This record gives sequence, structure tokens and C-alpha cells, in this order.
Amino acid sequence: MNLLQIAWKNIRQNQATSILGVLLTAFGTGILCVLLLTSHQLEEQLDNNSRGIDLVVGAKGSPIQLILSSVYHMDNPTGNISLAEANKLTANPMVKLAVPLSLGDNYRGHRIVGTDSSFLQLYGLELAEGRLWQGDFEAVVGAEVVRRHGLRIGDKIYGAHGLSSGGHTHDEHPYTVTGILGTKHPIADRLILTNLASVWRMHGDHADTDAEAHDHGHHHDADDQHDVVGVEEHEHHHGETHEHTTTDHPTPTTDHPTPTTDHRSPNTDHRSPTTDHQLVKSIMGDIGSGEREITSLLIQYRNPAAIGMFPRLVNQNTALQAASPAIESARLFSLLGIGIDSLQVLAYVIMLMAALSIFISLYNALKNRKYDLAIMRTLGASQGKLFGIVIAEGILLTFVGAVFGIIIGHIALYAISSSTTGNATLLNAMTLLPQEAWLVAIGVGIGFVAAALPAIKAYRTPISQTLSGN
Amino acid sequence: MRVTSIWTEYLKLAEPNSLAMQDNNTEKVISLNGVTYRYRGGESLHFADLEIPVGRHTLILGDSGSGKTTLLHILSGLLKPDTGNVTIDGQLLYDLAPRQLDEFRGRRIGLIFQEAHLVKSLTVKENLQIAQGFAGAKVDNSRIHEVLTLLNLDHKANSYPNKLSRGQMQRAAIARAVVNRPAILVADEPTASLDDRNTASVLELLLNQAETSGATLIIATHDKRVKTRIAHAYELGGHLS
Repeated sequence: MNLLQIAWKNIRQNQATSILGVLLTAFGTGILCVLLLTSHQLEEQLDNNSRGIDLVVGAKGSPIQLILSSVYHMDNPTGNISLAEANKLTANPMVKLAVPLSLGDNYRGHRIVGTDSSFLQLYGLELAEGRLWQGDFEAVVGAEVVRRHGLRIGDKIYGAHGLSSGGHTHDEHPYTVTGILGTKHPIADRLILTNLASVWRMHGDHADTDAEAHDHGHHHDADDQHDVVGVEEHEHHHGETHEHTTTDHPTPTTDHPTPTTDHRSPNTDHRSPTTDHQLVKSIMGDIGSGEREITSLLIQYRNPAAIGMFPRLVNQNTALQAASPAIESARLFSLLGIGIDSLQVLAYVIMLMAALSIFISLYNALKNRKYDLAIMRTLGASQGKLFGIVIAEGILLTFVGAVFGIIIGHIALYAISSSTTGNATLLNAMTLLPQEAWLVAIGVGIGFVAAALPAIKAYRTPISQTLSGN
Repeated sequence: MRVTSIWTEYLKLAEPNSLAMQDNNTEKVISLNGVTYRYRGGESLHFADLEIPVGRHTLILGDSGSGKTTLLHILSGLLKPDTGNVTIDGQLLYDLAPRQLDEFRGRRIGLIFQEAHLVKSLTVKENLQIAQGFAGAKVDNSRIHEVLTLLNLDHKANSYPNKLSRGQMQRAAIARAVVNRPAILVADEPTASLDDRNTASVLELLLNQAETSGATLIIATHDKRVKTRIAHAYELGGHLS
């Protein structure tokens, strides 16, 4: 038997106190693990998911809210902006790419995003299956949406009001799934993409309706009666024409008579990404009407000089708000950091309690084990071996606790990420970080410190005195 | 320092002549020369020189407080004397470095106490395994099986001490003491709390195991019943100063 085996046997001998030490270590490590994973993944996600987006233009309001809603799809938008104003910005020579977003509905918590094919270009997304939308109420779904809801090409999904599940369902306008995105992007994986016109039509065309009745998530009344004006010109029965595979899909030009200027020609969606820059501008031009609204515009600059100039141009010369994802993400993370720091203190307090518990447990156990230790010396165990046995007990307790805590941490994170709405999930509980090894190391260190004094006492066990009963 | 303790050797069962021959022709397993020990309170003991040949089982007799246990601990390498030399199995005990002394004790000296003192968290077999391991030997399960079988404890090999009777615990402690085939088997008051029948039984076991393992048995006791079974005895006389 080696020292670890003897230590493990001793731990099993004192199960009650050992379990307390293990549990306290596990809770402390579990909290630290959740915080580590959360902060690391949030920082990474905030950074990665906004990569390539230099600026977000939306309605006036909180810039963080604008970033969260348009980049991370986590919060409600600040409001809508005029398509005409957005078009002016898009035409600015400093803008390389402008991706329009129109939000307002969800499918089982997954946001339905009205946009155009430039969205795929911006995020570097590719279709794993099917094709891009070619007409209204056709949708491309993210891989995670497919995984969660078992969707297939040709399936019909019904959007609901609002940006989280539970709103009024649009029974009258189902979306037909025409494409599935490959797993690529943690945000896009959880989205449902369609064209802008579908979102406008779903909520009544803004060209003909009062914008305040379609506030897209802010004070959207689920019982709104949707204005159907403008929808008539799009009546081409998608449900009937898209219930088949891509190969037998009628050509868009024949099956989807272009609905004048309300949305772009389906043919344009099939252009290669390399021409999407021009495409975006042409789409916006086609949409044309100054009365229409979108939620926001994701902008990529043509050159670095725009960084200093373009946001000022937007904020000072228009009624719109420009927010930088980089700046707002950093600000958001620093705000989150305060909460994370507080929880870290709590976790360290629990770890300290674990250390105290293990110390008391080992120290008290020495009284009962003094003969055991003395007998081990008579059997040939050196002082160092007794020291090692007690240290090993402390380390084993905290090691088991730390490993258990990491498992708890991942389970807790899984529960957290599962309980949040589909497209707000930025956390992956299955990710293992190298830093988690440090948590185990910290646990082991605490075990060593907690066991040090009892171990020194064991080291100094006076064999002769103990065996003589003096 | 004043000499306050002396050895009184007497022969009970063996003939003086045969003992003398044995002494002359046999290698010494224990040798004490000029050993003194001072307690913390200042009292000191001076032990008379002693030589015990291999195989001569010996009693160390004396009243309570006469220093029997102290002497056993000095012989076992558990208590370093203030002066003098202790040689066990040809090895000057206190010339060894602490770790070497620990290993030597584990390999060459088997200790048995009034109480069994088995390690509570380990089974009988594991108690014997750590005895082998701490002595620096490889765990030899066949030897453990052999010893436990000899002591009629094989069926209790995987039992924890709290599942054993008092007699079984005592036998397990003897098994642990002899498992490494020690040169000397040192027992401190092994029969103090036993009735006559169990005293006879434990003595029988100790003698048998000492013979089987080739160990010289040294028993410190004030129990007069033990004197009937061991030929040689040294009485620890004198008083503490």
C-alpha cells in the first residue's frame, strides 16, 4: 500500500467530516468554475461575435442595448430607424458593407432576423443544406435551431411576436425552411434568417402603417391586428409553392413575381458574396421607400480612417445612434466584471471554509489516530511518511472536491445556458478550459495548507511517549 | 550521574553450564553497553550491560516504573539513550541515520503491545501489508497468507479491526510483528489484561511464532505467570533517582 492508499483509507474511515470538506471545496470550486467559464466565454464571444462589425447604427437609446440586440441578439432593440436614412449612410464612401437587420419575431425563442445575403458574407456563413430564401416567408435556419427542433428543409415554422418565446403566433404566415446553415457561428447558429420584406409583411408594411404599432419587442401588443395593406401585392402562396426540395423549386422569377419595390428580386440573393457590396446598396435602393423602417444597420468600414469620422457623422448629423461593438463590449464586460468579482470573493470565502473544515477534521482526527501513527512508526514508517500521509489526506479531500466542483460547475453552466432563450445563449458548458486545471491546483494547494499543521503534528508524534500512554 | 539501576540475571529453567556454552558459541542478537537514559523530569536510569544470544528468549522483569518499557523502546530504536551503545542483530542501532533506523526497525524488530493497536482504517491483511511496505520490503501476499494461516486468521484477512474479537486482534498484532521475519520480537506486557487461559494461549503463540520466524523473543512483564514459560529472565532492579 502506498501513502495515497493509506490516506484514502483514513478518509473513508472519517466519512462524515470528509464529506463536509469535499462538499465545501466542491461548492467553492464550482462557483469559481462557473465564473471562469462565464467570464472567459463571454469575453471571447463578445470579441469574436462582433469581429468584422465596425459600427452598429440604430435608434437613439442605450448604445449597449443596441449592440446587445443587433450583434449578440440578446436584448430588445432601441427602436426602429428610417430605411431612407439608413440608405444614405449605406451610400457613404466610407462604408464598405452595410447589413440591414429587422427584428421583431421569434420561433421558440430563436430570433427571426430580416436581412439580406450580406449577413452571410459578414459572418462568413455557408449553407450546409438547401438554398437561400428566394421569396417572402422563406427562411434559412441556424444549425442549433435545427438541432434543437429537428427542422428539415421544407418544414413550416410559425413565428411569434416578440424576441422571446411566448408571444402571439403568426398563424397566418408560416415560414418555409429552404436552407440550413452549417455550424459556424455561435450567434448565427441560433437565428432564423429571412428577407426584410417578410418581416415587414408579417407586421404590416411600414410604408402604410403607423410605426408605433410595430415597435418590435419594446411595447409590442401581441393582440395587434396586423395591417394587411401591402401584403396583397405579395400574395403568392409560399406555403404551396415551397413545400418541395430545392431541385424541383420553380424559378423565383416565375414563382415569385417581383412585388414591385417592397423587397428585392429573389434573383439578387443568388449572387456571389463578392458582389454583395453592390448588392446591399442595390437592395436598399430597391426597397427605396423612405417610409420603411429597419431595426439597425451593421457596418463595415472601407478603411480605418472611418473609425474616427463615421460615428461622429452619424451621431451629430442624423437622428440615429452609432455604437461601436468593440467599445460597448469592453464597457459591458467591465460592468459584468463587478458582479464576477463579488462572486469570486464569495467563492474564495467558501474555499476558506473548506480549508478550515479540513484542518479541523484532520487535527481532531489526530487525537484518535495517535496510536495508529505511533504504530506505523514502529513498523518502520519514517516521520516524513507520517507527514506525507496526513498531507495526502488533505490533498485528496480537496482534489476530489475540486474535481467534483468542476463537474458541478459545468452542470450548473449547462442548466444556465439551457434555461436561457435559444439565441441568447453564449455559454457552452461542454468547453473545458486549461485554466480549470488551475482550479484543481488551487484546491490541492488549499488542501496542503489545511493539512500542514496536522501533518507537522503527525511528523512530531512522540512514539515512545504515545505507546507508553504518557 | 549516579547509577540507580542494575541488572539481576537469574536462570530459572536452564542449566547454568548449558547456558554458558550457548553464550560462548552463539552470535549475540542484542547487546547493551553503558546505556543511560535521562527523563525530562531529570530522573535517569543506568542499565547494566547486557548480551542476549540468538534464540535465547528472555524476560525483562520489574515492577511498574522500573524502566521496563523504556528499555524495550531503547532496544527497539524508538528512544535514543543519552549514552552507550545498543547493538541489534549486529547493527549499532543509534549509528544509523533516522530513516535507516526506521527501516531497520521495520525489518529486524517486531513489536507487540498490551493492546493490539491495529490501524483502524485498514483490514488485517492491509495492516500486514503496510508492515512490509514501511520496512522497505515488497508486499508479499503469500507470506501474509502463510502467517495468517498459522495464526488461524486467514478467514479474517479482509476484516477491519472493529470486526475482530479481542483474541483475534491480538493474533493479528502478532502476525504483523512477525510478518517480516524479525531478528527480535519485543513484547511489552502482552498478557497484562488477560486471564490465565488467554495468557497461556498468547504465550504459546508468541513462542511458536518466534521459533517459526527465527526470532529471539524479549518480553517485558511484571506478570508472574509468564515466568513459567521462559527460561531466562533479567530483573530490572534499583530505583529512579
